[in-house]
Amino acid sequence: MDLSTAYDALGADLQATLSLWLIVLGGLIVIVWDAFRERDALIPVFAGLILVGAIVWDLFQLTAEPATAFYGLIRTGGFAAFVNLLLEVSALCTIVLSVPYLKRIGKDYAEVYGLVLFAVSGMMLLGAANNLVTIFVGLETMSICLYIMAGLVREDEGGIESALKYFLLGAFSTGFFLYGIALLFGSTGSMYLAEIGHAASTSTSAMYWSGVGLLLVGFLFKVSAVPFHMWTPDVYQGAPTTLTGFMSTASKAAAFASLILVLFYAVPYEKWTLAVAVIATITMVLGNLVALSQRNVKRMLAYSSIAHAGYVLVGIVAGSAEGYAGALYYLLVYTLMNIGAFGVLALMEWDNESGRTQSLDSLAGMGYTRPFIGVAMGVFMFSLSGFPPFGGFLGKYAVFAPAIKAGYTWLVVVGVIASMVSAYYYLRVLYVLWMKDSTDPAAMSNDKRVALTVPASSTAVIGFCAVLLLVFGVYPEFLQMAVDFFSPSAVSIAP
Amino acid sequence: MTPQFLFFCLAIVAITAALGMLIARSPVSSALWLILNLFCVAGLYLTMNAQFLAVVQVLVYAGAIMVLFLFVIMLLNVAALPSVRDIDWRLGVGFVLGVALLAQLSYAIASSTDLMPAEVSLESTVATGSVEVVAKELFTRFAMPLEMIGVLLLAATIGAVLLARRVSPK
Amino acid sequence: MLQTFFPLFLQLLMAGGLALTLLLGAKYLGPKRPNLIKRQVYESGMDPVGSAHQRYSVKFYLVAMIFIVFDVEVVFLYPWAVTFKDFIAAGSGLGVLAVILPFIAILAIGLLYDIKKGGLDFDS
Repeated sequence: MDLSTAYDALGADLQATLSLWLIVLGGLIVIVWDAFRERDALIPVFAGLILVGAIVWDLFQLTAEPATAFYGLIRTGGFAAFVNLLLEVSALCTIVLSVPYLKRIGKDYAEVYGLVLFAVSGMMLLGAANNLVTIFVGLETMSICLYIMAGLVREDEGGIESALKYFLLGAFSTGFFLYGIALLFGSTGSMYLAEIGHAASTSTSAMYWSGVGLLLVGFLFKVSAVPFHMWTPDVYQGAPTTLTGFMSTASKAAAFASLILVLFYAVPYEKWTLAVAVIATITMVLGNLVALSQRNVKRMLAYSSIAHAGYVLVGIVAGSAEGYAGALYYLLVYTLMNIGAFGVLALMEWDNESGRTQSLDSLAGMGYTRPFIGVAMGVFMFSLSGFPPFGGFLGKYAVFAPAIKAGYTWLVVVGVIASMVSAYYYLRVLYVLWMKDSTDPAAMSNDKRVALTVPASSTAVIGFCAVLLLVFGVYPEFLQMAVDFFSPSAVSIAP
Repeated sequence: MTPQFLFFCLAIVAITAALGMLIARSPVSSALWLILNLFCVAGLYLTMNAQFLAVVQVLVYAGAIMVLFLFVIMLLNVAALPSVRDIDWRLGVGFVLGVALLAQLSYAIASSTDLMPAEVSLESTVATGSVEVVAKELFTRFAMPLEMIGVLLLAATIGAVLLARRVSPK
Repeated sequence: MLQTFFPLFLQLLMAGGLALTLLLGAKYLGPKRPNLIKRQVYESGMDPVGSAHQRYSVKFYLVAMIFIVFDVEVVFLYPWAVTFKDFIAAGSGLGVLAVILPFIAILAIGLLYDIKKGGLDFDS
């Protein structure tokens, strides 16, 4: 390394990754602000504005040429901007939904918004990584922030269980991940994804494959694919609801984006597909079947998010540009539906003394008292189960069609049957919401429920998600854009 | 005093210390054994020319992590474990023999496939492990991850304060 | 290469050897006439009450956590301290400063936050 020219590209690199540094800076300001003026009501507003700024910047970057920055550690341009946008939108919705929710459960710490920003910066590193070091640092930054968020409700046993389980199992998966990185580095002599792939294309060793396997275990844990999903229901149930929405969407999207990059650049295609296909199968089947028997809505959504990880894996198994693009598109749609669904849940989760009942019956009849929210929930549920004309349908099409083209018809058949099964538990929520009377006096204390006001900001976010789902369901522009990220010309520019 | 000789001396002490940590009944003595073990591992790094790693090992593990260990021991007020005599030693011997067999088998498998790393002469690693070499990579190529590690550590600080703070009466 | 560290090993050996010699010497050479009073825990003349092991406040744990964070920071500052003259000689002194200063600043924010939130406050 020539020291005298080491920092020549620093300015250009900073500019190319401006949204990342904007978000980091915003997070730092939030922390200092909170240190001096605790729980200032303007802090979430500021954090939201930072994210809006980053979103605007990344919107312009969508059409930028793919390139790399900081010695090729991180990629910029279309793919990175797409993933960044997804993460930023998820974080923005989370922040807006969290303000009233956290106040209601008495946990309105302003640090949370700083942590959300830090988590997003870690995810941006993870989702646009071009080097194993970047992946690891991003993964850890994200995970640490999420562990803290999961344990926010300390008085609740579920909250403690959530944080502890997430932390311990997460630490284990990090160990696997790190060992995988070490083996990959040892067998190929490089940390750069493209160089690893190049070394692997000529010859692969058992050490290399052990590394890939361990790395996959780490990733599959983070995206909660079966059999590494054990932590998901408990963690999702115990964490504050809006932050669960963040965990289940943004962290998954970032981990999947990173997984796509690793598989696309660093691993020869033919060798890993069957293993991932098998994992996708059991993930879809198990996630959907177990979700059927859940009485707790949050837990049901946790199993549903496991199942959706399976659908995304189907797109990845296809291994073509369309398949990867479909997976990315699915993540985008999935983020909107899940953020919305958890947002609705956060609104309806009404306090009976200790607070956080999420049984299905507690939602009974809510459709009539809150018609707008009820309709929005209908959109999310239909979209999650994959009905046209919502985004979920197009997303499923985008992952299933390339898989058929790649010869994985059996996998797609399993996927379609699994999503048919899923319609049962998604639509049951709507049935309870609209067609059941809230007659159970124990679950009632209706005056409290009526007193529960729905803030305009939350309504706006939920409406925004629902409208975007409709748009994405009929307007596949983003899907086509995502295909171009994997076109040979784009790949050749940014190795 | 060849490096190989030093390696085996340190390895023996390290394994003894690890066993001592397992056998010691008082948590505090266990922790002290662990310190010895960590120092020996630092010595092992030195014999492989990874000086920076050795320093970090002493600084972080033998320093900070051990402090945390001792704090947790004090915090939880762990009582002494049951006496060694209550342990079924036949199980222990069986375990050691099993591990030996496993090691032998995995060595056989590893050497017959390409899992064994290629032998690297010690002289060739001299240029890779020194602090200067690490620093010149760290502050140029890996400057961006370095800043993010700062963010990571900040998040950890916030988490520690946020979660350990007394529940404020609102 | 290893010869460079020979004095270090020697010093460790001497330190350990000295401690062991003194302890063993005291144990085997010193006279021992134990009785009940002598073997009691010294509590300024009072009879000891209860166990010496007491649960610590979680505050101390917080200090340990923060100590680790700053210890890790030192790990990154140490290579900088060793090589910053090389960077200056190569004309990249400002560049390396632009890398290390934000790093320190980010962690300083952590310290500021900690102090402001009373993480180091033991009285309350």
